Amino acid sequence: MSAHAGIAGPAPVRIVVAYGFWIFLLSDIILFSALFATYAVLSGQTAGGPSGHELFELRHVGVETLCLLFSSYTCGLGVLAIERRRLHSFYLSFAITFVLGAAFLGLELSEFVGLIARGAGPSRSAFLSAFFSLVGLHGAHVTAGLVWLSFMVAQTAVRGPRDFVRRRLLCFSLFWHALDIIWVALLTLVYLLGAR
Amino acid sequence: MEQDSAPGVGESELAGSFASYTAGLAFALLLTGASFIVSQTHLLWAPGVPAGLIVLAIAQMGVHLVFFLHIGTGPDNTNNVLALAFGVLIVVLVVSGSLWIMAHLNANMLSPSAIMQMQR
Repeated sequence: MSAHAGIAGPAPVRIVVAYGFWIFLLSDIILFSALFATYAVLSGQTAGGPSGHELFELRHVGVETLCLLFSSYTCGLGVLAIERRRLHSFYLSFAITFVLGAAFLGLELSEFVGLIARGAGPSRSAFLSAFFSLVGLHGAHVTAGLVWLSFMVAQTAVRGPRDFVRRRLLCFSLFWHALDIIWVALLTLVYLLGAR
Repeated sequence: MEQDSAPGVGESELAGSFASYTAGLAFALLLTGASFIVSQTHLLWAPGVPAGLIVLAIAQMGVHLVFFLHIGTGPDNTNNVLALAFGVLIVVLVVSGSLWIMAHLNANMLSPSAIMQMQR
């Protein structure tokens, strides 16, 4: 920034907004790191209950991963479309993003319901408490993201692709991509290593 | 409408391009697939599997940062990269510190039967 600040003047609003939102995202990632640390400490404490090896179904988790990854992709395409003022492809991209995000959430809820039905709910063992809080927090973020996405689509429809709307859409896309990064850590540390 | 971009700064810089998103998706799919294969088969020497999975996960996070979040080496990105470095430092401190302290506490803790003995 300092290299050309003297030539071009202050940084554009868009870059400052993205920077501020990036700081928020990093603080959110630090929140997750505390729960990751808790999970890592407690992952062996099954109190005689089922372990991850018996509980996790990798096929299910693989489909969840694909949903989230493709929704991240379509979200990025939606932001590209709105930058080029192509409203129809923006709406289409964000509709697909919403459907894939909701599919991810549905799969995660069905996994939770299945675990609780098998007697492996959050109160069964320290391992399962940590598992439900960590994965549940990510699910809560995805839920918040879907609500935000709906609001942003409504705002775009009412106010049009103006500067402040496009900045908010950029922030939403950063949030959605960051959730995907957290899911990569979850997939590896909780599911792939836990299922072995 | 407000003036939103300084002269000489392309507005597509933060939003990336179709090619970069598609390349990112391809890399991410490749690395996810590799993670599943490594964890489910005996392709890797068994004790090395956790290390292999962690390397693949870090690589995929890097792909997401560069291709989706556009954290790169451009002049507008210096602050973002510095903030990321600080965030990574805090995450490493929280996770490794917790594991370290809890492992020591666990090693020094009396077993429940020993506590019962002392209470008698």
